[in-house]
Amino acid sequence: MRLSPAAALAALVLLTLPACFTNKQNQGARLYGQHCAGCHGEQGEGIGQLIPPLAGSDYLAQHPNQLACIVRNGLKGPIKVNGVDYDQLMLGVQDTATHRQLSPAQITNLLNFIESHWGNHPGPAGVRTIAGTEAELRACNQQ
Amino acid sequence: MLLKYLPLVGLLGLASCGPDTAASGADTGVADVHVDAPADSTAALPYLGTEGRKPVPAFSLPDQEGKVVSDKSLAGKVYVTDFFFATCPGICPKMQSELLKVYKQYAQNPNVTFLSFTIDPEHDTQPVLADYARRLGVDAPNTTWRFLHTPDRSTAYKMANDYLTAAQTDTKAPGGIAHSGALALVDDQGYVRGTYDGLNPRETNRLIREIPRLLAEAQARKTAATAAR
Repeated sequence: MRLSPAAALAALVLLTLPACFTNKQNQGARLYGQHCAGCHGEQGEGIGQLIPPLAGSDYLAQHPNQLACIVRNGLKGPIKVNGVDYDQLMLGVQDTATHRQLSPAQITNLLNFIESHWGNHPGPAGVRTIAGTEAELRACNQQ
Repeated sequence: MLLKYLPLVGLLGLASCGPDTAASGADTGVADVHVDAPADSTAALPYLGTEGRKPVPAFSLPDQEGKVVSDKSLAGKVYVTDFFFATCPGICPKMQSELLKVYKQYAQNPNVTFLSFTIDPEHDTQPVLADYARRLGVDAPNTTWRFLHTPDRSTAYKMANDYLTAAQTDTKAPGGIAHSGALALVDDQGYVRGTYDGLNPRETNRLIREIPRLLAEAQARKTAATAAR
């Protein structure tokens, strides 16, 4: 079957348009700047031994299934990241204003951004999907 | 045939799908009220305060090493203040990392002191303050960055007011205390001479530039006093 040039053009436009209207292509980076960079740093470097780094973090690599819950609910109690002990409340533990309102889609884009930057890698399940994030979030309270 | 449409498609794609630049990644939720310092960097810094030209009230508080810091021990020095608490999950980490940037510029200067007053003294005991300082990377013996233990919250809130920042109990705020990220620059005679949004790198850079102006003024006062004797 032959595709007419007009049909081919229409198909191309249809393929590219949704990305333009939803403007989600940099959402992960934007959300990182708005919600995370203040403490974890513009490059995921963290702050001394107060705030753990996200860049090259073994904690991220070892806990891929808990990251969605941590973004939404924060983290409390001591953890070890790249051999260094941290024990600081993460925003979200008490704050009901920002992190808890992130949607599964936003959390998915945010984590895909973090897991593809600064020497990090996606977990064994590969690039995150919204359905995968929703499943993780449903399981939050059971952890 | 198809090829002649390709430039058009390319243009469509370029025009509508560029990276989003409208949303700022640096939105801290704090208004940027200050503008950069005027070009005239020789003019004296203003005297700030709600009640006219008046030094901050006398105080005497123990630091993270148990040493006492007071208005008397600070006389003749220029110092920078902020108000924080160790478990603050909100603006404190960002504010302290910005102040750390300023501290690193002046850590070797004995005429510049940094004071962080805790607004949660029940939790932030001396060992907690010492641990916090160490985690922040400020653990040199006799460091010029002092983490001060206030007697109680209401005293801390009042002192915040004296240094032209604000703090109050607010159960809805992260960590239960609402406070501003303002830093104050105080001169050798105890007058507040500058305030800076500690969450804004442009503001902390302005602080870095203004400290030497105050140091020069303090030095001139010392020289004049010596000459008078």
